Amino acid sequence: MSTTTHPTYYVPHSSPWPIIGAVGLFTLMLGGATLLNGGHATLLYIGLAILITMMFGWFGNVIHESRSGLYSEQMDRSFRWGMGWFIFSEVMFFAAFFGALLYAREFALPWLDGTSSSKPMVHDLLWPHFEDSWPTNGPGRVGGHFEPMSAWGLPALNTLILLSSGATVTWAHWGLLKDNRRQLCLGLAATVLLGFTFVVLQAVEYSHAMHEMNLTLGSGIYGSTFYMLTGFHGAHVTIGAIILLVMLLRSLAGHFTPHNHFGFEAAAWYWHFVDVVWLGLFVFVYWL
Amino acid sequence: MSTTADQIAPAHDEHHAPRGLLRWLTTTNHKEIGTLYLVFSLTMFFVGGTMALIIRAELFQPGLQIVEPYFFNQMTTMHALVMIFGAVMPAFVGLANWLIPMMIGAPDMALPRMNNWSFWIMPFAFTLLLSTLFMDGGGPAGGWTLYPPLSLQTGAAFPFVILAIHMMGVSSVMGAINVIATILNLRAPGMTLMRMPLFVWTWLITAYLLIAVMPVLAGAVTMLLTDKYFGTSFFNAAGGGDPVMFQHIFWFFGHPEVYIMILPAFGIVSQIIPTFARKPLFGYASMVYATASIAFLSFIVWGHHMFTVGMPLAGELFFMYATMLIAVPTGVKVFNWMATMWRGSMTFETPMLFAVAFVVLFTIGGFSGLMLAIAPADFQYQDTYFVVAHFHYVLVPGAVFSIMAATYYWLPKWTGHMYDEKLGRLHFWCSAIGVNVLFFPQHFLGLAGMPRRIPDYALQFAGFNMISSIGAFLFGLSQLIFLWVVIKCIRGGEPAPAKPWEGAHGLEWTLPSPAPLHTFQTPPQIDPSEAHG
Ligand code: HEM
Ligand SMILES: [Cu+2]
Repeated sequence: MSTTTHPTYYVPHSSPWPIIGAVGLFTLMLGGATLLNGGHATLLYIGLAILITMMFGWFGNVIHESRSGLYSEQMDRSFRWGMGWFIFSEVMFFAAFFGALLYAREFALPWLDGTSSSKPMVHDLLWPHFEDSWPTNGPGRVGGHFEPMSAWGLPALNTLILLSSGATVTWAHWGLLKDNRRQLCLGLAATVLLGFTFVVLQAVEYSHAMHEMNLTLGSGIYGSTFYMLTGFHGAHVTIGAIILLVMLLRSLAGHFTPHNHFGFEAAAWYWHFVDVVWLGLFVFVYWL
Repeated sequence: MSTTADQIAPAHDEHHAPRGLLRWLTTTNHKEIGTLYLVFSLTMFFVGGTMALIIRAELFQPGLQIVEPYFFNQMTTMHALVMIFGAVMPAFVGLANWLIPMMIGAPDMALPRMNNWSFWIMPFAFTLLLSTLFMDGGGPAGGWTLYPPLSLQTGAAFPFVILAIHMMGVSSVMGAINVIATILNLRAPGMTLMRMPLFVWTWLITAYLLIAVMPVLAGAVTMLLTDKYFGTSFFNAAGGGDPVMFQHIFWFFGHPEVYIMILPAFGIVSQIIPTFARKPLFGYASMVYATASIAFLSFIVWGHHMFTVGMPLAGELFFMYATMLIAVPTGVKVFNWMATMWRGSMTFETPMLFAVAFVVLFTIGGFSGLMLAIAPADFQYQDTYFVVAHFHYVLVPGAVFSIMAATYYWLPKWTGHMYDEKLGRLHFWCSAIGVNVLFFPQHFLGLAGMPRRIPDYALQFAGFNMISSIGAFLFGLSQLIFLWVVIKCIRGGEPAPAKPWEGAHGLEWTLPSPAPLHTFQTPPQIDPSEAHG
């Protein structure tokens, strides 16, 4: 058997970053809970700062190791499996909220309406005048009268923006594969720009909804599902755009080669995932 | 099989590795992280166990003697959360860390730094969770299932509990991703999927379950949080939501979760029984397929926890039959374990004692599960001690016994010493007798109508409750023997050979005991006849 001592699979030495990350996460959560109980947000910000520091340090290490050629193809595959299943876990997180939306519309509201035979009592005893329709803030008219969000204004524009950003990131990837740095950077810059435009338009839409349509998180089940789904999605777009921005900076610094660019691909996968979630949102939250 | 010496890399890392506490905080080594997980799990086992004994002490006699009812409720809630998320799940992750790389001939886990992060999140998460016991208004008391609207009445503890659960979820998902990447990517050449030891197989499938359902739990508890603090109406009928919707989302997580706690146990038992029966595992391939079918079915049976909430008839029937279907692959497994033992030259060292007890007692839990799966019968059993008896049979002499069996089985490999066999057997017999005295009478209590999660009970339940509590203290105190055996074995004892069990197969036994810090830095050659012990 071989007696080589050179490890084929790179196993890092001990690293301070994970424990710093654990402390950061703990501080963040402690701060979040304190805030919800009416306390100060200081811990929350400290936790966030620790986590951001951790990311710089940790990813910095990984980039450095990758660029010094410590990683094998096998390592690259580990990263791919890791990122792929991380995205799947995110899909399942969104699935919970999509599930809530479908459950409310298909089961909860018809039951409250009393026309479905299985639970007429709630209707008859509590809300005999309630009729099922969508959008609704429920029989208690929680949050007061509101206007629902139409699909064909800003949301349709945002769909266009996000879909084109999917195209530009793919174009950037083609550039990278051809070792055409100009195309890579242009494509990425366009994607980042489109991403942030999406976020800004989403903010405009929210502001309009809250101030002129009286549509808030408190607007019954419609407001709850609308804001939680689009809100978590918006947060993911923001994070995705920041990741792509980092990839742009790394591309400008010449970090990627046609053969070694997992960081870029992971960012692109994440971006496509965000894109697909949006399509689900557009259809089920805005349109139907 | 190549010799072991050349697979052990020189200890070049250890020179720059930090010493003392810092070493444990920053380690990226799968064996050290495995040890951390196991120690953490054992600690939580005693914390959760203490809570259980408080519950059983209160229930020793009818009437209220020892604790306030509200504190009692906090104990039932916390006991479950600590045992599930703090004791059982981390124990299996610890075993996965120690064993999977050694079993598939990998140098470490695929993503070693993330591995460290997964672990160190846990102590912090439990600090957050346990600290709520000392807050104004106490800890969570609405049950581990966190059903609204009751759980929304929790006081200052509420956001701490929810965010602690988020942290545990993050840790589990990262741990699961690591397991998948390791198994799919780091197997030694020749270690094909169908040659993998069953512990590795069951963990691969468990990891998929974790990735699929932990985020759903995160979603459910997030909705609780926003319902309480941000005015959303997910579980509020007045706003068009539905409290029952929480139960659906929760149990979509919850039922796969119980399989997360038992599939790795199946894997462990499938490693141990062939060793001590000195026969290869009967029906290896059918074990793999049965595990996969159980995992698949576990996604479509959640409604059996909700038979009494007023589901449409079609739902009752669907969930009833789907649940009963799980008994088929489970039966295949039990059959295979028995067929493995059939005409084997069996010996009964401590790991085997626990494994055999697992087969018998887990099966009792499976049968009571089948009774509960009968929807009309469940209308009587639901929320009684019968359910408590059911899930404790699958979780204690099921999951927990398998963890103990694994500890005895691999302790020589981890520590380099043999454990004290006499004490091990004493621990086994005290535990096996204790657990049955503790949980068997609860079947009768439940069938007679005693409700669960209530600190007092009617006089006619007094006899069985007293017996149950005596069993609880017997079981609880005998775990101190376990602690003693483990500590004793770490500190010394008869040196263990590379393969302390005559009938054992598998790569981990080709390594010296204790296994050196770094193993298989160059992948070993797999001898097909050695595959899947
Ligand atoms: C043949 C296999 C099984 C069947 C048919 C089955 C069936 C059931 C049913 C119908 C219930 C709901 C009872 C009620 O609330 O009225 C239940 C509860 C439960 N089962 Fe199982 N089960 C099985 C295996 C398992 C396993 C392997 C575990 C864990 C290792 C487990 C853990 C639990 C737990 C923790 C609960 C109670 C949850 C709670 O209400 O707090 N079960 N089971
Ligand atoms: Cu279940």
